[in-house]
Amino acid sequence: MDYLALYVTLKLALVTTAVLMVIAAPIAYLLAYTRFPGKSLLEALVYLPMALPPTVIGFYLIIVMSPKGFVGHAWESLTGGSLLFTFLGITIASIIYSIPFAVSPMKAAFSKIDRRLLENAYVLGLSKRATFLRVIIPNSLSGIAAAAVLVFLHSIGAFGVLLMVGGSIPGETKVASIAIYEAVETMNYQAAGMIALSFIPISYAFLLLINKLNEDSRT
Amino acid sequence: MTIAASLKKRLKYFDVDVSFSCASKSMMVMIGPSGGGKTTIIRMLAGLETPDEGQVIFGDDVWFDSDRRINVTPQKRRLGYVFQDYNLFPHLNLLDNAAFAATDKKEVDALFDLFKISHLRKRKPHMVSGGERQRCAICQALARHPRLLLLDEPFSALDVITRRGLREELKDLKGKLSCPIIYVTHDINEALFLADEILPVVEGKNDDGWMQRTITREPGTGTTAKGAREPRLALVY
Repeated sequence: MDYLALYVTLKLALVTTAVLMVIAAPIAYLLAYTRFPGKSLLEALVYLPMALPPTVIGFYLIIVMSPKGFVGHAWESLTGGSLLFTFLGITIASIIYSIPFAVSPMKAAFSKIDRRLLENAYVLGLSKRATFLRVIIPNSLSGIAAAAVLVFLHSIGAFGVLLMVGGSIPGETKVASIAIYEAVETMNYQAAGMIALSFIPISYAFLLLINKLNEDSRT
Repeated sequence: MTIAASLKKRLKYFDVDVSFSCASKSMMVMIGPSGGGKTTIIRMLAGLETPDEGQVIFGDDVWFDSDRRINVTPQKRRLGYVFQDYNLFPHLNLLDNAAFAATDKKEVDALFDLFKISHLRKRKPHMVSGGERQRCAICQALARHPRLLLLDEPFSALDVITRRGLREELKDLKGKLSCPIIYVTHDINEALFLADEILPVVEGKNDDGWMQRTITREPGTGTTAKGAREPRLALVY
């Protein structure tokens, strides 16, 4: 069995989840609590990766991450390396691909908190930042956990985006879904079956966890 | 220290336009029919809403002045504000709630003893009764050493017996506090029991005749009827 591909998949999913929790929290805060011109445009932009075919996202990522694209060019002049076909490259791709799945549950959890609680925190002397850390986050833990699980599951299933941006370099960018695809291409059904089978308990367990979290947040 | 305010704000159905002041060690009760702008006035004192025009002056500090464009944030006004509910943070136990903004955490124990909720300190807010929650909310506000205490119908969600008990405790507490207290209610009995001064507010404006009319007149139409129903019920108990 291609343990290396499974390892890359899990590493990618964990890094994506960790980074996205940090990035998505302030975005979700903006969308849940503030009003500013162009907010609906920003919101639609955040959810756009969910509405686009993965290959379309992959295509544009190739354009900006290639040595001629502005991100790829900046990266190359900084480090001398390339972003395409690297673990970092597919991590960026995976983060963008999963942003909607992080922001959406977090925004829902933040919106559920009664505004009067926040006002009370302000009256008690807490800045908006301190209120976010001491009141909003601790009262949205189940929503944040649901976001983390969704992002994790969504990233282990990513295929098209990663294939376009990262190709299939063993130990670097070859994730399990790509390994399955390649195994089937070469008619190696046994190898494909082994990896495929390993997904089922992982995904099933995480879905049970989401259900549990949703029940907890309702009570 | 005296809080003095003169506030104007345009609302959907009427305009708020009141002036009042309240000195230290004194309790001013703002009374009037529901939906008459009392909460809006309190929220303007707390800095949670901005008046269109006016001043809020506490002692020598200017908290709000529309002419001089001064508007101190709620964080910096250092006041205590007890709502009808929703003061307590659901993820913290009562002790941590009361100590949330405490200047000295040890004082919280003394406050809990005073309000007889020491045995509940490790309970979460949803595990205690409404009266116990409001006791804790008052401890939370007092632990911050507020310069001004605002109480917005703090006992309205409670049953009559609990409400009466807490009303008496609050009256005792008043003697121990040195800050001005502003108390909002629509209950005339409560107002008469607690107040040093009474400010009747009807449709955003001071209306000194309101209480008299409400008690003596038969419920008629309009504002009087709206205000009369609840106090009349309260007289039964």
